[in-house]
Amino acid sequence: MSLRQIDARRLTDAVAELYVRACLVLPESVKAKLYAFGNPYIIENFEKNGNIPLCQDTGMAAVYLEVGQDVHLTGDIPAAVDEGVRRAVKEGYLRSSIVADPLRRQNTGDNTPAAIYTELVPGDRVKVTVAPRGFGCENKARIAMLTPADGIEGVKAFVLETAKMAVPDACPPVMIGVGIGGNFDLVAHIAKRAVLREGPNPDSFYAALEQELYEATKKFSIGVNILAAPTHIAGLPCAVSIGCHSLRYASEVL
Amino acid sequence: MDRNEKHITTPLTDETVRSLHAGDQVRITGVIYTARDAAHKKLAELLAAGESLPFDPAGQIIYYTGPTPAPPGRPIGSCGPTTSYRMDRYTPALLAAGLKGMIGKGRRGQAVLDAIRENTCVYFSAEGGCGALLANYVKRCDVVAFPELGTEAVHRLEVENFPVSVFCDWTGELYSPYL
Repeated sequence: MSLRQIDARRLTDAVAELYVRACLVLPESVKAKLYAFGNPYIIENFEKNGNIPLCQDTGMAAVYLEVGQDVHLTGDIPAAVDEGVRRAVKEGYLRSSIVADPLRRQNTGDNTPAAIYTELVPGDRVKVTVAPRGFGCENKARIAMLTPADGIEGVKAFVLETAKMAVPDACPPVMIGVGIGGNFDLVAHIAKRAVLREGPNPDSFYAALEQELYEATKKFSIGVNILAAPTHIAGLPCAVSIGCHSLRYASEVL
Repeated sequence: MDRNEKHITTPLTDETVRSLHAGDQVRITGVIYTARDAAHKKLAELLAAGESLPFDPAGQIIYYTGPTPAPPGRPIGSCGPTTSYRMDRYTPALLAAGLKGMIGKGRRGQAVLDAIRENTCVYFSAEGGCGALLANYVKRCDVVAFPELGTEAVHRLEVENFPVSVFCDWTGELYSPYL
């Protein structure tokens, strides 16, 4: 079995292009939701942004790499991703919002490093997704280590409480991502991934729960997406990640 | 024009501030100053040390924003509001020093709401996440303090008909479509 070779420089090119595109052009599925919501300022913002970023907070660059197990990426992968971010920030006039240390707070000046998430998947392709996340909404995320006895009612109460605390500070209408299950760190990860899901939930039980939570929040939301994961007999972790209306992401398959 | 839309110019007088009510749509023309987290920390340190600020705050408006770099041919990049509550710790001292207005997004703490009433000030909300649209109302942008902070430097903006709404008026009344 031979491995497909991909030069990490292709990763740099992809990240550079995807990061700028994500900051300037919303995905069609997000636009459709915002047309339905109907705030004219927001529609004008994404229809006529004049080739500058939709939002001044061009985020911390979250870069998701779904790496086929039959791929050999040659070169320094984190360095290649950061070089893509650096190039995007310079060529796309994006904002440098990253400080090198959380307490000493020196801006790195080029918005690096990116937050990189890698996942091994079958196949010989690499799917690259760049999802810039501003901190107006990121600051509104919460985790609760609920107990099995809290059950579905506990989950609903926590989601609604978190969503109501998020607006109007995070820019409404928001996309509400909910992670249920896993452990402390996995639940945060799946809540954040849930925000980016397109299309309906394939599990009808969770699709119904999404609809119920959306009905309760639709004055200020464009949707509720849930991702669930196996968990422990003693636990019911729940996390809520808020995506602002500038719900930015772009993907490419190498 | 919207029936309730009001046009104001900076610097603000007490009379202008008292003419604004929670929920009013307002267009601002004149000079406003940007400052966000890091600049607020520095401004607060100057006030605490009894030193003068890099701009006279009397009657002025601070806009909580950190713009993206200006591309060629434009005065400024994307420049929407950032979330205001992060500036709450520093705000009462600035209002006591003469600052009259703030533009941001989201809720404020009780100490800020009290300081708004005590000093006859106003807190405006700009449409969050619409930095590309709001950039169209900025005609000129110059860094006037703390250039080492990059996007967080204090910028002096000249704005024309910059669209905001009154989130908290001088009597302490609040309005947001999402409250």
